[in-house]
Amino acid sequence: MDLSNLLILPQNSISLGLSSFQAKFIQCFVDDNRYQYLLKGLGSTLLITLFAVLLGVILGFLVAIIRSTYDKTGKLKVLNAICNVYLTVIRGTPVMVQLLIMYYVIFATAPVTKIVVAILSFGINSGAYVAEIVRSGIMSIDQGQFEAGRSLGFSYSSTMVYIIMPQAFKNVLPALANEFIVLLKETSICGYIGLMDLTRGGDIIRSVTYEAFLPLIAVALVYLCMVMILTALVKKLERRLRSSER
Amino acid sequence: MNDKNTTAFETHSEIKDGEALFRIDNLCKSFGKLSVLKNISTEIKKGEVVVIIGPSGSGKSTFLRSLNLLEEPTKGTILFENKDITDKHADINLYRQKIGMVFQHFNLFPHMTILRNMTLAPIKLLKMPEEEAKEMAMEYLKRVGLEEKAQAYPNQLSGGQKQRIAIVRALCMQPDVLLFDEPTSALDPEMVGEVLEVMKDLAKSGMTMLVVTHEMGFAKEVGSRVLFMDDGKIVEENTPEEIFANPKCDRLKDFLSKVLI
Repeated sequence: MDLSNLLILPQNSISLGLSSFQAKFIQCFVDDNRYQYLLKGLGSTLLITLFAVLLGVILGFLVAIIRSTYDKTGKLKVLNAICNVYLTVIRGTPVMVQLLIMYYVIFATAPVTKIVVAILSFGINSGAYVAEIVRSGIMSIDQGQFEAGRSLGFSYSSTMVYIIMPQAFKNVLPALANEFIVLLKETSICGYIGLMDLTRGGDIIRSVTYEAFLPLIAVALVYLCMVMILTALVKKLERRLRSSER
Repeated sequence: MNDKNTTAFETHSEIKDGEALFRIDNLCKSFGKLSVLKNISTEIKKGEVVVIIGPSGSGKSTFLRSLNLLEEPTKGTILFENKDITDKHADINLYRQKIGMVFQHFNLFPHMTILRNMTLAPIKLLKMPEEEAKEMAMEYLKRVGLEEKAQAYPNQLSGGQKQRIAIVRALCMQPDVLLFDEPTSALDPEMVGEVLEVMKDLAKSGMTMLVVTHEMGFAKEVGSRVLFMDDGKIVEENTPEEIFANPKCDRLKDFLSKVLI
């Protein structure tokens, strides 16, 4: 068998490939301004992620502080129990099921936009994971730091604010960044409640053009870029926080 | 803003040298079924340097830590400057401001500069203006020969330097008494001297000190009283001369024969 025959493509098939790629690109993104699906979807994805992160961080820190206060002092027994239920339920069920329940059950009749439902779902979900990350950070700080703060006369909460939290935050930053990356990508299930996020946008292009490759790869690339930017930012922040210790 | 401080200083002057700063009455502490302190009663007078010695597990650290309620007593009372700090309604944070503590493992705050380590509590708790706090801190740093380390971070210091900083950090709160929990036990042998030097200086300046230590030389030289603890009780207490020259109980004799070679 002559291998060279198999490997060498005829000249015109390459140019044919190029021009058909160009045609498909135009069909997918330019015709009827279809790039708008991606752009609008990206906007929703970013909006949901941003506010879900905020909500998740607030919830997570609250729960972490309540739980570690209970672990350390035995106070806040009732709140601690509530937090435990929250963690068990949220971490024990898939985020997609939570999103569907939120949309079709809890807010079924409430006049709330889909975006808000998504923000609440992902924020509440993320809060459970952030809580455990932050709690592990608080627990990682040597008990001596706590005692040193208290022995100077600081109250429990001032010791937390000035001494424990800044150190704990530094320790959990990589894990927190990881959680935000997961959250950003998890929002891709928003399509299940008919919300047009980035993934759904790409999928709409696929269904109207019957062309799967380009729109889906484009969607993947956009996610990849966002994650890379996020990673770079976190790295920068991490380096700035660490610089004080050397 | 100064109201609190003035009252703080008034209580200062209430207690004169030789009067009791701490009155400890029937202090008990148990962890579950394990009883660590058994009915300890004693007094710590202002200006005294009390050295607490004893075998490990005898409860000396627990005793020291219960004086600022880092360990909450199971039973008994502790009067500090004539006020019951074991009372449920007592504001322990306020008392702790006047009871400084130095730990075996220094416990400096690694995310702050040395200067910040020292000025944080005075600024936040005593409401001292930042400039004044910094000046005071620099003054103390000079006293222990570490003024060039003001902007350094704890990780950049040796063990001995860290412990000297820990001592002056406690001093920045202008405490009435300093508690030392084995301050030289985590140090390399060659760094023990510099820390003991600072402590001796402090003792000479009239600071009331309670020191849990294995440094018998320090006890002999600057201690005004030595408490020997064993099995959660104060077994013998006396001046250092008497303790080391004429130990009375067998347990102390046995202990001294092992630590004094």
